[in-house]
Amino acid sequence: MPTFLCTDPVVLNLWHPLAAIAETAPGRDHTTTLLEEQIAYALPPDGGARAWRQGAPQHPLPTLVRYGYLWTSLGTPPEDLFSIPEYDEPDRRNMNASTIGVHVSAPRAIENFLDMAHFPFVHTDVLGSEPHTEVVEYGVDVSAERDEVRATRCRMFQPKASASSADGAEVEYVYRVPHPYCSVLYKTSGDDPDRQDVIAVFLQPVDQEHVRAHLLLSVLDAAHEDKEIRNFQQSIFGQDKPILENQFPKRLPLDPRSETPIRADKSAVAYRRWLSGKGITYGVIPAGR
Amino acid sequence: MITLYDYELSADCYQARLALAVLGLEYSRVDVEFYPGREHETEWFTELSPLQQLPVLCEEETTLYDAPAILVYLASRHDPTASWYPGGDPALAGQVTLWLGFSRALAGSAGAARLHESLGHLTDIDAARSRAHTLLRVLDEHLWFGEQEGRDWLCATDRPTIADLAAFPDVALSEEGGVSRIDYPAVRRWTDRVKRIDGFVAMSGIFPAGPVAA
Repeated sequence: MPTFLCTDPVVLNLWHPLAAIAETAPGRDHTTTLLEEQIAYALPPDGGARAWRQGAPQHPLPTLVRYGYLWTSLGTPPEDLFSIPEYDEPDRRNMNASTIGVHVSAPRAIENFLDMAHFPFVHTDVLGSEPHTEVVEYGVDVSAERDEVRATRCRMFQPKASASSADGAEVEYVYRVPHPYCSVLYKTSGDDPDRQDVIAVFLQPVDQEHVRAHLLLSVLDAAHEDKEIRNFQQSIFGQDKPILENQFPKRLPLDPRSETPIRADKSAVAYRRWLSGKGITYGVIPAGR
Repeated sequence: MITLYDYELSADCYQARLALAVLGLEYSRVDVEFYPGREHETEWFTELSPLQQLPVLCEEETTLYDAPAILVYLASRHDPTASWYPGGDPALAGQVTLWLGFSRALAGSAGAARLHESLGHLTDIDAARSRAHTLLRVLDEHLWFGEQEGRDWLCATDRPTIADLAAFPDVALSEEGGVSRIDYPAVRRWTDRVKRIDGFVAMSGIFPAGPVAA
């Protein structure tokens, strides 16, 4: 077993995203940083994907192409990644909205993604507005069988919920956290109120306090160009960025006494407990230290 | 009719949006996706902007592709008070041009550091940050002495000019490139004043000013 700068076995054994396939020119080598290691990757012209530690091309790393991204692992990853069945529905528009570097730990970024209370203040007149600031009671459960945190019945009045919404509407969200550094959200579609748009954030841990945030969109929208749909999400993410980068401490404290949650933080409390139960140490301040 | 070829997250495009907003001008927007679409490198856009720079502004026979040029043009053409670009006053015109040049130096340092951190653009990040701090120190000192003389803005006039609009975006976004403004209190007071200019608009990454303290 080679040695790595990251010594957290749980994190080493996860699948981690490296890059969007659509943004990776085939037939040549690219490099990125994962868990403080320089990783090279390529999409050979004849198909498939390769990844290796810089300088060690003779030892290929495991790879997976899923949801439009190339994934790898530095350890022994599970056979497959968590499932997003909607991604394969034929009428979905699937795309990477952006891959953006952010000076934050992956768990802090997941918590911000789960948080609805900031919508009226950070995404004013888009994902929320005053005086509709209350986060009404929602459900949280941790499924042992699926090993994921799930928040349901999250509702918020949104002046402009997506690129395709014309008017404000009460929008319902479901959040899944099926991977310590990935989250998938489902929200009422502007095009079809009986179905849901899917927005997922896949965080590539560059080190304990930096990520590359890959933002997957899988949406129902017959009217807008790809770039309009991406532009909407990039603007939202650009509003979150200074909030994420000003979190202190950058690593997520897992000790329940270290930060004071309010009722609206129920999903964050469950997420922190779930991380603690896994024994995660990378990107967090473990409880009892 | 004014048309702006624009990308939301670009600091240079934001300079133009800010100028259009404070001048109260209506315009139509054409979204040019800098990332990931690299639309600024397409043939149609290169015809408008040979250096593939955003933003581009068109009005009637005029097409301009450089942010300071766009600001000079908009203020000269659309501000009857001539306060945003006091071109008739030699000393003030010189000062405005000096700070427009300074804004390009900010783009090449603080702005380059931001593109490095967020989009992975290649740059010597340590050199870019160090240069940005040099510029912020100069800016802070200039603004601090201005405050002592009762001057709120970059140029020696009691009204803001396009110099303030040109320098503001890369300063206000500097933290995204890892360039902290904590050591520049006069700069922070000035960014708050810019945010209170009539017609000010924010962008993703820059929040509007809070309520004035009672």
